[in-house]
Amino acid sequence: MEAIVKQLFPLVVLFGAATAAFGVVMIIVAYTVLAERKVLGWIQGRIGPNRVGPWGMMQPFADLLKFILKEDIVPDKSTKFVYFLAPIVAVTCALMPMIVYPFGPAITSIDLSFLPYGLGNGIRQIPLTIGQIDVGVLFVLGITSVGVYGIALAGWSSNNKYSLMGGLRSSAQLISYELAMGASVIGVVMLAGTLDLNGIIYAQIQSPFRLYIIPQFIGFVVFLIAAFAETNRVPFDLPEAETELVAGFHTEYSALKFALFFMGEYVNMFTVSVMATTLFLGGWYFPGLSYIFEVGSVPYALLSAGIFILKICAFLFFYIWVRGTLPRFRFDQLMNFGWKFLLPVALGNVILTIVIVYFLNR
Amino acid sequence: MITSALFFLFAGLAIACAISLVYHKNPLYSAISLVGVLISLACIYVMLAAPFIAAVQILIYAGAIMVLVVFVIMLLNLDDDKPINRLRHLYVFGGIMGVVLLAQTFFIFYAVNRAPKQAVVDTTETVGNTLSIGAGMYTEYLLPVEIVGILLLMAVVGSVMLARRLEQPQLELVVDSELEKRGEGELEDEYRIRL
Repeated sequence: MEAIVKQLFPLVVLFGAATAAFGVVMIIVAYTVLAERKVLGWIQGRIGPNRVGPWGMMQPFADLLKFILKEDIVPDKSTKFVYFLAPIVAVTCALMPMIVYPFGPAITSIDLSFLPYGLGNGIRQIPLTIGQIDVGVLFVLGITSVGVYGIALAGWSSNNKYSLMGGLRSSAQLISYELAMGASVIGVVMLAGTLDLNGIIYAQIQSPFRLYIIPQFIGFVVFLIAAFAETNRVPFDLPEAETELVAGFHTEYSALKFALFFMGEYVNMFTVSVMATTLFLGGWYFPGLSYIFEVGSVPYALLSAGIFILKICAFLFFYIWVRGTLPRFRFDQLMNFGWKFLLPVALGNVILTIVIVYFLNR
Repeated sequence: MITSALFFLFAGLAIACAISLVYHKNPLYSAISLVGVLISLACIYVMLAAPFIAAVQILIYAGAIMVLVVFVIMLLNLDDDKPINRLRHLYVFGGIMGVVLLAQTFFIFYAVNRAPKQAVVDTTETVGNTLSIGAGMYTEYLLPVEIVGILLLMAVVGSVMLARRLEQPQLELVVDSELEKRGEGELEDEYRIRL
């Protein structure tokens, strides 16, 4: 009995943590969709959805119900296996970075020795992260780059020329902007000296700048622009430019499969917001909070987690704001901008950071 | 127990994907299978305490190179109905190569089992670490890294040379000389329209 409990305990804890994180992320994503429609409505002088529940608060659930109940139409000449695989790949790759989100600082004040069989022995802290991976930044970048397959395969397997064009465009766009994104992150990694997301936050707080947005402003701007392209958002929403391509790669997808793509896109938005917050804006750090509450106590950790979520929501609002403001790029402009402007600027930023790091460490 | 279960899961997945890679006639299915192999291997790297190698494997092989391969296959849009019989006479050769590889694998098993058991050095802390890999690359293995860098630069320059349109500069030169001959001004608009 004792042996089985000891074997299963870490798995149960991990499962619980993953479920909790999934719940938080899903609720925020659902309400991002609602907020997007509301804010776009205000920007365009409309009211936005207001029928389901007070202020339309139940609208996400109504949408979900509708997605589930709609008829699922599979095109006759599609490549069936790949057609089913594509949305699964898209949503899995969108959700996997959740493992390394640094939701908050570790709680150290709780004594775990009350647990039976000595399960709490040797555990000095409860981290607010599901998995502490040494290479968190690379993990997120890698998983996001695998997410391209979802879109490319969806476009190919639908047997529709608009879908294929959308899929091709989107893979070309994602490959191009991934480079700029990776290069803009290098500066932060060099300053922090670690690839672990929580480690970057701690290094950031202890650095003379407090927030890496100050020494890495160029990197931040490049990252933000690349993030818009990576998530296929306006002004880079070429893969689903409806005036040219109907709906791009998901033209032939309906019902729940479309909902999976839709969800994956919004979770990706959440992921890049987490990355931007963590790398450039100090993650869960709020100046002065450690003077009011003891570091490592429960209220400190929970308040920090709340601040983290608030910072992410600010980013999500920024996304919606930009969508309501800017028109779409033309495809050749997009490619030229990515390769001939963004990438050189990001590489220049790397060289600049090398100089900064050299003088800081002297 | 959990570790070995996970190992057999990922190893089995890698082998299954590898078999499907060879078996499928459709190049896109083969490409997807190869991505499956790469990701399963990355999972095994993580279990061997080499997270950096795993992340780089996914980032570069699965995320960049294979995406380009899939891209090309999608652009070519090959027919999947035609059976390919061109390489039939190579089946024997392939079989021989397979037997040789299998023999090598079993020889490695045999050699490892016969080798005297050494005390396990605690290398898990440092070997797969990003810091130790970086330090090794810029001290002990600096020359290979530099050679690889030069090779990659050559590849980049070569691909740029191949992709470049050769007519373009000549066209510009002709137009420039025309401009000089005729005097600037009235010709410039015409030249813009033509380009």
